[in-house]
Amino acid sequence: MSDTHAESIAFVRESSLPPAAPPDKVGGPLKWVKDNLFPTWANALLTVVALYFLYLLLAGSLPWLLNGVWGASSLSECREVLDGATGACFSVLTERWHQLLFGFKYPSDQYWRPTLALVLLFLAVAPVLFIDLPRKMLLFTGIYPFLAFWLIWGGPIWGPLFALVGVVVGYMVYARLVHNSFAKALAAGLLAAIAVWYVGGFIGDALRPASPLLEAVPSRDLGGFMLNMMLGITCVSLSLPIGIALALGRQSHLPIVKGICVVFIEFVRGVPLITLLFVANVMLAYFFPPGSGVDLFIRVVIMITMFSSAYIAEVIRGGLAALPKGQYEAADSLGLDYAQAMRLIILPQALKISIPGIVNIAVGLFKDTTLVSVISLFDIIGMIRGPILASTDWNGVYWELFLFASVLFFIVCYGISQYSQWLERRLATDHR
Amino acid sequence: MTTISDPPQESFRPSMLLSDTRYRSITFQVIALALLLTAIWYLGSNLAANLRAAGLNISFQFLGNPAGYDINQTLIPYTSQSTNLQAAWVGIINTLLVSFLACITATIFGVIAGVLRLSNNWLVRKLMAGYVEIFRNIPVLIWILIIYTIMTAAMPAPSAFRGDDPASSMMLGSFAFTNRGVYIPGPVMGPGSFIVVATFVASVIGVFAYRRYATKLLYDTGRLLPMLWPSVAILLVPTIVMFFILGMPIGLDYPALKGFNFQGGIQIGAPLIALWFALSIYTGAFIAENVRAGIQAVSRGQTEAAAALGLRSGRIMNLVVLPQALRVIIPPLISNYLNITKNSSLAILVGYADITATLGGITLNQTGRAIECVVLLMLFYLVISLGISMVMNVYNNATKLKER
Repeated sequence: MSDTHAESIAFVRESSLPPAAPPDKVGGPLKWVKDNLFPTWANALLTVVALYFLYLLLAGSLPWLLNGVWGASSLSECREVLDGATGACFSVLTERWHQLLFGFKYPSDQYWRPTLALVLLFLAVAPVLFIDLPRKMLLFTGIYPFLAFWLIWGGPIWGPLFALVGVVVGYMVYARLVHNSFAKALAAGLLAAIAVWYVGGFIGDALRPASPLLEAVPSRDLGGFMLNMMLGITCVSLSLPIGIALALGRQSHLPIVKGICVVFIEFVRGVPLITLLFVANVMLAYFFPPGSGVDLFIRVVIMITMFSSAYIAEVIRGGLAALPKGQYEAADSLGLDYAQAMRLIILPQALKISIPGIVNIAVGLFKDTTLVSVISLFDIIGMIRGPILASTDWNGVYWELFLFASVLFFIVCYGISQYSQWLERRLATDHR
Repeated sequence: MTTISDPPQESFRPSMLLSDTRYRSITFQVIALALLLTAIWYLGSNLAANLRAAGLNISFQFLGNPAGYDINQTLIPYTSQSTNLQAAWVGIINTLLVSFLACITATIFGVIAGVLRLSNNWLVRKLMAGYVEIFRNIPVLIWILIIYTIMTAAMPAPSAFRGDDPASSMMLGSFAFTNRGVYIPGPVMGPGSFIVVATFVASVIGVFAYRRYATKLLYDTGRLLPMLWPSVAILLVPTIVMFFILGMPIGLDYPALKGFNFQGGIQIGAPLIALWFALSIYTGAFIAENVRAGIQAVSRGQTEAAAALGLRSGRIMNLVVLPQALRVIIPPLISNYLNITKNSSLAILVGYADITATLGGITLNQTGRAIECVVLLMLFYLVISLGISMVMNVYNNATKLKER
């Protein structure tokens, strides 16, 4: 072995060099800019146009947004503070905050009640939205509708309490009999619940306290964004079961049942919501027993629920149709009857497929609750167009108010659609 | 344990109505029918009792009575002495007008935004995503109000156009944007203008004929005729020649400030513009999503196969991608058109006299005929919706994948 070789060994590096950064032309931010903003001449032109458009948008809105006044008490005071400069008058939001959120008639010392109901709402929907949460939380979800009703409307506690007891008794009867026959269990549960409600009505009347724990608020005093939320949540949750029933009816082989469902769905989907609200406003009262005086809120809930249940039925029908025929045949070959096959095999899968569609309907419906302002209910749009813009203090403050309403709706609707995308990924059981 | 669905023949027992699949469907249908009839009877008797108590009846006589109110934008003759029926017709035509206009512009917005969302330009892609998300997640009612406010509160009054150094000036000297609406030049038809219009219509037919001929020639002999330039020439040259031969019979009537307001030209009221623009930009966001989904639904292999056959990119788009994408795009597009028609009923918010505002609004309030008006209103929308659905079914059947 020669010495030269030993010498050359001494120069061998024991660890590899870290890789050098690629030259700017093939990597790094410059490369990204070139690839994504200026790949071709036409594209570069498009980028420049888009940048100019962005500049116009920001130059127009930023001074107005950043220079906003938050502390004035009327538009004229706002203009004094601004002294000719461009700026928004956001003080209308702080000044009329409660009106925008709760309407102008809700008793102001009771605002904590709807606020508490909203906070509890998050607690109640959490186990429905996130399947990983403990299932025991669903108990609270079951109680929530009655609790929220009592919190928002107030009055004696007996009404919502007995309604809850009726539901619990009905469910217990149903749960005891369901192993025997679904139809019989359903009928027995319904009868038991109705019996409890009937008896509870008498007990509630007898126990009516002189002054209830929570002051009663009539439903014509509800308003603001609270009204939009209430209508949206109530109508979507009521229309889900009705929509499922309608979808099953439309798929059914019984011609009369199918006919009823088809006519109902096609009729409701063929007319705009606003005509249905007209029905609620001027026509529906004629169809109730004389002297019953069902109030406008309930009539509106009935019509919007009809509206959304028809749309949800169509979405679920799509889900039912998308299921492979083998699933129906497999359920039949296991010897399940119609109710069992639907409850255990078909509906869980069909509903999963329909989730994006149902969420789309829910978002659309929530946006459509603003239409009630046309029939003079004071939801957030009704409040803006009515009491706030008509007042001498704030006559002419359009943009701030519309911006506020838009932001509220955007947050809720965008949030829901993002959740639905997350849920779709979460529920995806097919192997990709 | 097995369920025997066809038990051996035995005599009929009443309990079999519930337990036997042969009779159970009849039982259920009878129950459903009975429930339906009970509900109808109950609601009907309530209605009759309520109407009797209020001293009302159901009658459509009011349609023949004078309406007694004015409508500012009408396409057919109408005065306050016209009948309620005529007012309803004005409303129907206004509904169809705004829906038609909004359908066209919404399609344009939607196609542009949908294609740009797939652009490889990052900034444009994000901007379009922002447009779609913002417009889809805010109620159309708010958009109508915002655009109506821009039209009425942010536009100059006609008086701002007056004087030697006016605060506002007309765009290109012929378009005036005021808070009372937009004034555009209108055509004035002189003698002989009919011939020019007829020539133009004939040219349009001629273009289609030429294209058919070119396609036929291509398929028969493989010879490729130029498309674009001949089409443009056939479309424009005869009409322009005829126009000058006849001594320019069609002129333009420019709007001009006279007194307190603009006179001449065509006035498009602020409510119509607000409704039109809001509906198109809102629905455009939905159409953009449909267009994007439709283009993405065509698998890459199709484009690559077409490229491998040697087609140029324009041809690939026209002959391979678009025909397949349209099959996915058109059905939701048509239901978006249906949504535009139904959402146009929000015209009542901005005072545009569509059918909801005339028949369901003023006529209803003045005559107090709530049931009749609302029923007629629903009937109108139902007819439109069912008509559009029928068109959609015909299209779906025509473009259905013919599987062998």
